[in-house]
Amino acid sequence: MVDKIPILKMGKFLLLSIQVDMHDQLAMDLQEDLTHQIVLHRSKGVLIDISSLDIVDSFIGRMLSHIAHVSRILDAKIIVVGMQPAVAITLVELGLSLDGIATALNVEKGMRRLEQMVEDDLSLELESGEDRDFSAEAGD
Amino acid sequence: MGKTEIFPLKQETDIVIVRQRVRKAAEAVRLGLVSQTKIVTAASEIARNALIYGGGGECVIEETTKDGRGAVRLVISDQGEGIANLDRAMVDGYTSGSGMGLGLGGAKRLVDQFAIESQPGQGTRIELWKWR
Ligand SMILES: Nc1ncnc2c1ncn2[C@@H]1O[C@H](COP(=O)(O)OP(=O)(O)O)[C@@H](O)[C@H]1O
Ligand SMILES: [Mg+2]
Repeated sequence: MVDKIPILKMGKFLLLSIQVDMHDQLAMDLQEDLTHQIVLHRSKGVLIDISSLDIVDSFIGRMLSHIAHVSRILDAKIIVVGMQPAVAITLVELGLSLDGIATALNVEKGMRRLEQMVEDDLSLELESGEDRDFSAEAGD
Repeated sequence: MGKTEIFPLKQETDIVIVRQRVRKAAEAVRLGLVSQTKIVTAASEIARNALIYGGGGECVIEETTKDGRGAVRLVISDQGEGIANLDRAMVDGYTSGSGMGLGLGGAKRLVDQFAIESQPGQGTRIELWKWR
């Protein structure tokens, strides 16, 4: 069995493809490795490709939630791409809502979505910056 | 006639094997892709429970029929501590560990027939059916 999930750098984003049956140790290592890579490359976003997974159970769901949570703290966006339709249907019935985790059909679309999310974030920062200037003026 | 196999659940890699064998059985009785995915997911949840909470156990996979339709029957059992409060354990979100508390309730929703027997101190036995 595979003992490590490779994390690829793609421009300003990271890409990881989950292509194997996850087990505890692999999931733990992946979370640690990803945290390290986000910091190292100052990544603004992570694409998680699950197109090879023929099921997602609550164990993998929890792992994805953890990864999303950690990424958020490190100010990186994450997007899950390539979920098979049968997997998506099953997830709903299992009761697993990947709340707050964006999804896209494939890596290409996911990339575009990530770019957008990062851009939106930047313009939000700019806007709130302007707000502060404005209120400072108003106070004068 | 139907084929029956027994697999141990002693370590995490056994869960992976059980998932693969349940998939094979579901294909063999010609369940549709969504049904296959549901029974494999349910098996994964219950097998993990047997390993983590039941201290390990086994999984029986049977290719059979239900009212003339192709069916997969799974019996996952352990001789662990059992579940003292079954009603509570079945509730979505309840976990005594660090899970999401979706395994039991979710597995029940994903299959066509679900039966659970558990006695404190004597272990847990769960039977799951999915048919065409
Ligand atoms: N085989 C088992 N033996 C003992 N207790 C179990 C077993 N399966 C489930 N349980 C109990 O039921 C609870 C709910 O299980 P589940 O719905 O799968 O959620 P989770 O695995 O996330 O805790 C578990 O936290 C555990 O307390
Ligand atoms: Mg569980």
